[in-house]
Amino acid sequence: MTENSPSEGTFHLMGGEFTNAGSASSELKSTLIKVGVEKSIVRRVAIAAFEAEMNVIIHAVAGTLRYEITTEAVTITVTDMGPGIENINQAMQPGYSTAPDWVREMGWGAGMGLPNISKHSDLFKIDSVVGEGTTLEIIFDLKEKNADS
Amino acid sequence: MLTVSAVAEKLGLNVVVKGDMSQIVSGCYISDLLSDVMAHGKDDDLWITLQTHPNVVAVAVIKGISAVILTNERNPEPETIRKAEAEKVTIMVSSLNTFELAGLLYMMLKDDGSVHAGTS
Ligand SMILES: Nc1ncnc2c1ncn2[C@@H]1O[C@H](COP(=O)(O)OP(=O)(O)OP(=O)(O)O)[C@@H](O)[C@H]1O
Ligand SMILES: [Mg+2]
Repeated sequence: MTENSPSEGTFHLMGGEFTNAGSASSELKSTLIKVGVEKSIVRRVAIAAFEAEMNVIIHAVAGTLRYEITTEAVTITVTDMGPGIENINQAMQPGYSTAPDWVREMGWGAGMGLPNISKHSDLFKIDSVVGEGTTLEIIFDLKEKNADS
Repeated sequence: MLTVSAVAEKLGLNVVVKGDMSQIVSGCYISDLLSDVMAHGKDDDLWITLQTHPNVVAVAVIKGISAVILTNERNPEPETIRKAEAEKVTIMVSSLNTFELAGLLYMMLKDDGSVHAGTS
């Protein structure tokens, strides 16, 4: 984890590891600020990365969050081993959640994570195989001026 | 412009973890759902919640929230305090319930010109 560079890196995530949840995303946020990415984009990347990180911790067994920063874009790829998502359209619906009660008591499981990622990114792709795992690819353009969401 | 320390003093909050008390308070968001705060909280907002576990600190850091206020005298978990100290996130506790505290805070922010009715 300490080998991450300003342009690319990988964080390892463990399902059920709630105590340090968010550390990958906050480290990524610091990196983006350091390399001088515009504040409004940093905010969007941080939100999306955090929701993706939480989903691995909440729903999967283990995974990785990878980032790549170029002059064109920030790309985040989150891959996990886990149950996968049976119906992606349904999972994307605001309010849909399969989180267990104890996770909901912590305030997760509002079914807002995937919609948040979609809303804050320029490109969002989900691939999932039931019983194997899920991969998210999330891209933020650095070149074009995007309407700030 | 109101600072976190001015809010703490005027509302009689118990400051459990002292982050940057000179940070500006521009508004407030109230929710116990963490992804809801991720979606709707704003930079420099105060965040009022009943959640006391360490993920509260992570959300505050990611969102750039100026301080967290726990109501009904709920105390943060020991691990939450450790994380908040490490990340310099201010955590304060109020003996009031969320409605009472939010009412007072709303008036303070309105007097200060930070809250405008009808905007979000
Ligand atoms: N990595 C994943 N592996 C397996 N299932 C997932 C994964 N990510 C999301 N899901 C499924 O999609 C649903 C919706 O995800 P989403 O992030 O929108 O909401 P949530 O995680 O349940 O709640 P919140 O994000 O508000 O805390 C989840 O409840 C779960 O069923
Ligand atoms: Mg989620």
